[in-house]
Amino acid sequence: MSEDIAERLKKIVVEHLGVDADKVTENASFIDDLGADSLDNVELVMAFEEEFGVEIPDDAAEKILTVKDAIEFVKSNQS
Amino acid sequence: MRRVVVTGVGMVSPLGCGAETTWKRILNGESGARKIEKFDVSDLPCKIAMPIPREGEGAFNPDDWMDAKEAKRVDEFIVYAVSAATQALQDADWKPTSEEDQCRTGTMIGSGIGGLEGIADTAITLKEKGPRRVSPFFITGRLINLASGYVSIQHGLKGPNHAVVTACSTGAHAIGDAARLIALDDADVMVAGGAESAINRLGIAGFAACRALSTSFNDEPTKASRPYDKDRDGFVMGEGAGVVVLEEYEHAKARGAKIYGEVVGYGLSGDAYHITAPPEDGNGGYRSMQAALKRAGISASDLDYVNAHGTSTMADTIELGAVSRLLGNAVSKVSMSSTKSSIGHLLGAAGAVEAIFCLLAMRDSKLPPTLNLDNPAVETEIDLVPNRAVDKEVNYALSNSFGFGGTNASLVMKKVTD
Repeated sequence: MSEDIAERLKKIVVEHLGVDADKVTENASFIDDLGADSLDNVELVMAFEEEFGVEIPDDAAEKILTVKDAIEFVKSNQS
Repeated sequence: MRRVVVTGVGMVSPLGCGAETTWKRILNGESGARKIEKFDVSDLPCKIAMPIPREGEGAFNPDDWMDAKEAKRVDEFIVYAVSAATQALQDADWKPTSEEDQCRTGTMIGSGIGGLEGIADTAITLKEKGPRRVSPFFITGRLINLASGYVSIQHGLKGPNHAVVTACSTGAHAIGDAARLIALDDADVMVAGGAESAINRLGIAGFAACRALSTSFNDEPTKASRPYDKDRDGFVMGEGAGVVVLEEYEHAKARGAKIYGEVVGYGLSGDAYHITAPPEDGNGGYRSMQAALKRAGISASDLDYVNAHGTSTMADTIELGAVSRLLGNAVSKVSMSSTKSSIGHLLGAAGAVEAIFCLLAMRDSKLPPTLNLDNPAVETEIDLVPNRAVDKEVNYALSNSFGFGGTNASLVMKKVTD
């Protein structure tokens, strides 16, 4: 299940940021490594919420800086 | 004042991607009209339009012009604008890279309506899913001046970054205003024009509600846009973009640029009459044409060709009357046609694509036809170029654009020989 979450999440990142799949490693930073800006991040968080049925409050979203951060958040908050 | 010439043209039209593709097909007498298949029209009185072709001759592919990620975030008028602007800059062979050249090159691309489809879709998202589902790119993908914004960013244009919103006069006002910025030395080069993408359920429903669209030719789409014909019953909505590169004359000459023509006259006026209808005597259009001729320093009898606003509505004959009065004894010398018969009404992009047709008419000594003009609604001595393109030398051309709100713009272009 957790691998499934990681794969689904990486797919969203690839689609929204238009980056190559092999660049989307768990340690990749959305802004520093994947070329996202602050608006891209807002859109990504919305896409994660939609895909996984979770709510990511603004203060939590600010702490999601890497792919791994996002996976962890989804894992621990998905009902 | 400094002289302003056109050194590049770009276009996305219902007859294809590219000014040359469109022009060739217009001279062939082709029409871009078809039944609407993109969305449900079963409950709409108008079921036809002139959309941008996505396959076949002149097919438009957004990926050729804009990063796919960005294109997804904006309404199509912005993608059309970026394409037409890129074409125009390539055609002009103008790639500003030095800080000075970038700061002396600006952009002024307008739209009549902007991102209508994105607004409609997002309003539904807001209602059904709430504000947390509204995209962070909702605003930036719908704002009219973001056409200029994206073009400026993509091409490094750091001069004036401006946009015009005057309904169906937008494209003409953008070219006229941008030319003035060059004439007044605010820039040496301006990327100017208009873009529109209103062929969606809300756009068709809205224009149908104000009784502006043709509804009697749903089964024969190519017959629907018929300016000056007695059976005309409204316009056919088109979409796309027209963009020109305007350049100060000496600047263009110094770099050996190809010159399509000079923008010598620009006139503006207001009807102060009604939100959608022009006054019966067409005095607003008359005054804008008169102002453009005055600025050009020529008389009406110097004109060879008029690209009419001619939308295929009742107002066609009002414009025709105003042009006749303007021409006086010269009526039989001047030809006037409406290219909306071929590509429909591009709303905010109309004035820009039509200015380009005037320039190409000058270049090729050919006049585009008024299609479907089988039975003229009124008698006139003006040659309305019915149904077939004709050969004619054009030294001066005038293009009219009139918009809702009673806003009028006329451009006069001149063949450059010196």
